[in-house]
Amino acid sequence: MKTPLMAITFVAGSLTASLGLADTPVLTVYAPDYFVSEWGPGPKIEELFEAQCDCDLQFKPGDLLPRVLLEGDKTDADVVIGLNTDVTKKARESGLFASHGVALDGLTLPIDWTDEMFLPFNYGHTAFIYNTTKIDSAPASFDELLNAPDDLRLVIQDPRSSISGLALVLWVNAVYGDQAQEAWAKLAPKIVTVTRGWSESYGMFTDGEADMVLSYTTSPAYHIIAEGDETKKAAIFPEGHYFMVELAAKLAGTDQPELADQFMTFVLSEAFQSMIATGNWSIPAALPQDQWPEGFQKLDMPEKVLFYTEDEAADLRDQAIEAWRSALSQ
Amino acid sequence: MLTLENLNVVMDGSALTGSLSLAPGRRVAVLGPSGAGKSTLLDVIAGFRLLDSGAVGWSGKDLTQLPPDKRPVSILFQDGNLFPHLTVFRNLLLALKPNGRRASQEDQVRIEGALKRVGLAGMSGRTPGTLSGGQQSRAALARVMLQGRPIILLDEPFSALGPALKAEMLALVREVAGSLGALVVMVTHAPADARRFAEDVVLVAEGKVHLPVATAAFFANPPEAYRDYVGTSQA
Amino acid sequence: MAQRAVAITAALVLALLTLGPIAAVLVRSGGLGAFRPGDLEALQFTIWQALLSGFFSVALAIPVARALARRHFWGRSLLVSLLGAPFILPVIVAVMGLIAVFGQNGLVNTVMAALGGPKLDIYGLHGVILAHVFFNLPLATRMLLQAWLAIPGERFRLAASMGLSPWGQFLTLEWPLIRRIAPGAFAVIFVICLTSFAVALTLGGGPRATTVELAIYQAMRFDFDLGRAATLAMLQLAMAVIAGMIALKLAPAQGFGTGRGRQVPRWDGRGAVPRICDTLWILAAAAFLLVPLALVVLRGFPGLMAGGGMGTWVAAKHSVMVALASTALCMLWALPLANRRGELLSVAAIAMSPLVLGTGLFLILRPFVNPFSMALPVTTVVNAMMALPFALRILRPEAEAVEQDFGRLRSTLRMTSLAWLRLVWLPRLRRPMGFAAGLTAALAMGDLGVIALFADPDRATLPLQVYRLMGAYQMEAAAGAALLLLILSFSLFWLFDRGGRVGADT
Repeated sequence: MKTPLMAITFVAGSLTASLGLADTPVLTVYAPDYFVSEWGPGPKIEELFEAQCDCDLQFKPGDLLPRVLLEGDKTDADVVIGLNTDVTKKARESGLFASHGVALDGLTLPIDWTDEMFLPFNYGHTAFIYNTTKIDSAPASFDELLNAPDDLRLVIQDPRSSISGLALVLWVNAVYGDQAQEAWAKLAPKIVTVTRGWSESYGMFTDGEADMVLSYTTSPAYHIIAEGDETKKAAIFPEGHYFMVELAAKLAGTDQPELADQFMTFVLSEAFQSMIATGNWSIPAALPQDQWPEGFQKLDMPEKVLFYTEDEAADLRDQAIEAWRSALSQ
Repeated sequence: MLTLENLNVVMDGSALTGSLSLAPGRRVAVLGPSGAGKSTLLDVIAGFRLLDSGAVGWSGKDLTQLPPDKRPVSILFQDGNLFPHLTVFRNLLLALKPNGRRASQEDQVRIEGALKRVGLAGMSGRTPGTLSGGQQSRAALARVMLQGRPIILLDEPFSALGPALKAEMLALVREVAGSLGALVVMVTHAPADARRFAEDVVLVAEGKVHLPVATAAFFANPPEAYRDYVGTSQA
Repeated sequence: MAQRAVAITAALVLALLTLGPIAAVLVRSGGLGAFRPGDLEALQFTIWQALLSGFFSVALAIPVARALARRHFWGRSLLVSLLGAPFILPVIVAVMGLIAVFGQNGLVNTVMAALGGPKLDIYGLHGVILAHVFFNLPLATRMLLQAWLAIPGERFRLAASMGLSPWGQFLTLEWPLIRRIAPGAFAVIFVICLTSFAVALTLGGGPRATTVELAIYQAMRFDFDLGRAATLAMLQLAMAVIAGMIALKLAPAQGFGTGRGRQVPRWDGRGAVPRICDTLWILAAAAFLLVPLALVVLRGFPGLMAGGGMGTWVAAKHSVMVALASTALCMLWALPLANRRGELLSVAAIAMSPLVLGTGLFLILRPFVNPFSMALPVTTVVNAMMALPFALRILRPEAEAVEQDFGRLRSTLRMTSLAWLRLVWLPRLRRPMGFAAGLTAALAMGDLGVIALFADPDRATLPLQVYRLMGAYQMEAAAGAALLLLILSFSLFWLFDRGGRVGADT
């Protein structure tokens, strides 16, 4: 019985929304798909920003960079949010993006960030997540993980179809260098399977199909805060964890330059930053640790952070994927 | 006049040739051994089979290139003369309204009249599956009657019926054809049917369509090809 | 003739929608891309797994369809309907269901462990094939069953009266039927499996199970190499067309002639051995197909009860609308194409990589309209197109039989095309059309297709919502949305299928 009512409210809602369009300027923001669900950060970002801009922020979810590149300088996007470092090189070379013009001294990232085009708004690190009720002693280092008994079951993502999967092969490369392929060979028997994206892997982990899943150091925060469940933990390795950051950027050809600039500044503002932790289950990029939500303060954090610049990553990528592919194809 | 001039149809491995002309209103039986091309002859007249050479004409009009639905012909097949999912009424209505429209008052009267003529009064609401074999044949005949075309082709009709019913149906066809003034061409296996029904007999044998012969004369002095065929088929 | 013009138009639209997007992508990229070293392995794996999947799906469907055709038991028609469900499940949901049964911690391994048996490892080529058979066995079974039921009862009566041995009966009645249906079913399944990607990867256990579609995905989304993506897409298309042509060559066209359309009791399979065999086949198929489904239902229940949020209901509404519109479009499209050539053309359509298709359409539409506002119409058209081969596979044999059985009567009555369509064709094809429409509706519900490339927040469909929820850690809500999707897909399927069967006996 609820459905028709909801449908009516929905139709009514979208009608008023489109009626309101006539005189308010529209800021079009391209974002990844997960951003715009009710549980993603999209709705909150929209609410917070519209409260201060007197404009209409519209999200267009989907593949970010492929779409911008397809559309070229005719793109509707004013701003894109949710880019990863694996595409910044390609994005920069396209000439479609402008510098953000935001002061970077407020950043609280574990690495130095001086990029004038791509602005970080939250971060995390690759990590293997496990369930403390199922595993008594998780591997305490990457080496221990490699040498763990083969009945430890891992599920990871494919580096050819997923960003976290790509981060993993770079991580292994950063830790093991020339020995990466041997490292993969040791991991191979423990890898139950490789999925296309993060969602499938994480679903298999929560279903108990795998003991550990490749995810982010911030994943346990979701379980702590949203579910009151403290049994999911990230295994922290002294060899370091690969840094994963999400970025926003302004289009050079935007027809709303002031609004776009305002949005870029908003991204590092306290309002945005204090929301993003629980909005996107990641660590805010410009917020001191003591201001993080409590669940985030409980997280185990790596001492050492590994990261390749976009040029390094571009050079290493094919070789790192090939090491993974050939070791796992044996 | 139905005319077949120098007809030539290539069949699997053999051919059917001959010339023929049949007058309007005649009742003609086509006799001959199995596989000689009796049904092919009907198909040629109906337009289901195109000629490799030769011509088909009707009262001066050339039919050779006309598709079946443009020819002045109606047919009764061995079976499948009625759509099994439509009522008898709907089936008959298609003869009057091939565009599938609704029946007018006049259509209704004509359909009921036709059903009465074939002894199926009151059966118009039934589907073919609920009728007996004889009743189905009658309904099909009523359809032919309503079509009112000057040529009626019968392809071994009523072969599923018993002798008494079959005789009855042939009498009915005769009556219907008479009232329409239509030429009837009937393919049959049974000499008795030909004797009872036909004024002329056309023999199709050894790939050749023979000229029509008056029925009495045909059976009084059967051609050699026919004797061979009757002889072997009885052996 | 008007009919011919309609058929040609339908074919042209289909060809344009298949080749247009590839052309658009090629034009944008400025040329073909080069193959890479891993591509050959991917190609080999793709073909090999598709061959095996097609073979096992069809081979196993034969005894199951035969058992279902000749046994009558309480709940049979519900079972037949339910057996179709795996085919219409969204991939991610089905994979989760399969893992819950065959996975490391799944039912099978739990039972095996309790019995002290060895541990079953689902991941590998056998896992890929298991999953593909899970998806496609129902399709093959239904196609065969449909044909089996179309053998006039008189033929079985004749066989019985002639005292044919079971083997003799198999050779005279059933083998011709299998020869007629199996090649087409195999081709369709082969082609579906060609474009498999997430299933193959997840259950294949890693990069050994790399398919061409994954290479396309990588080229498109990670390398932005449109030329390479288009080249690989054409390779996929070529494989599908070859498979389709071989299948159509192998399948003889003749049917079984007209029966009187009466249900005649069957005289075959009366002994104890056939009875037991049939029962075992039905039980095995039901367990294989329904247990994973039951687990999907169980897991989704809490999430569904929790409501799943407004987005889920809105997405459900969109999905139902898209499904109904796709079904109408697909049926309109299928009717003029229900012939040999139309079927071959349509098989090519499902081999089209959804990514290339979506990108191509995006490029084509963009100069004229805002592609986002077209998300739902585009999804409707693409889903109709993707369902077309299935609809045609089901409709074509029956459509040709109607033509063969009543074509002459039609001519002699001088029926107009419209009257023929309305009074004979559609009524005679009601049963297969109901089935085809149900399948189309369900497929359109479950297909993620191109919407992911276009959809804005207000225009998500239910499968997209499932992915979005999972991406936001909402695993329970996602399972609930998946269950809702299953229920809606199945309801639509059932309604159409039932609608086609009610009163279609006379």
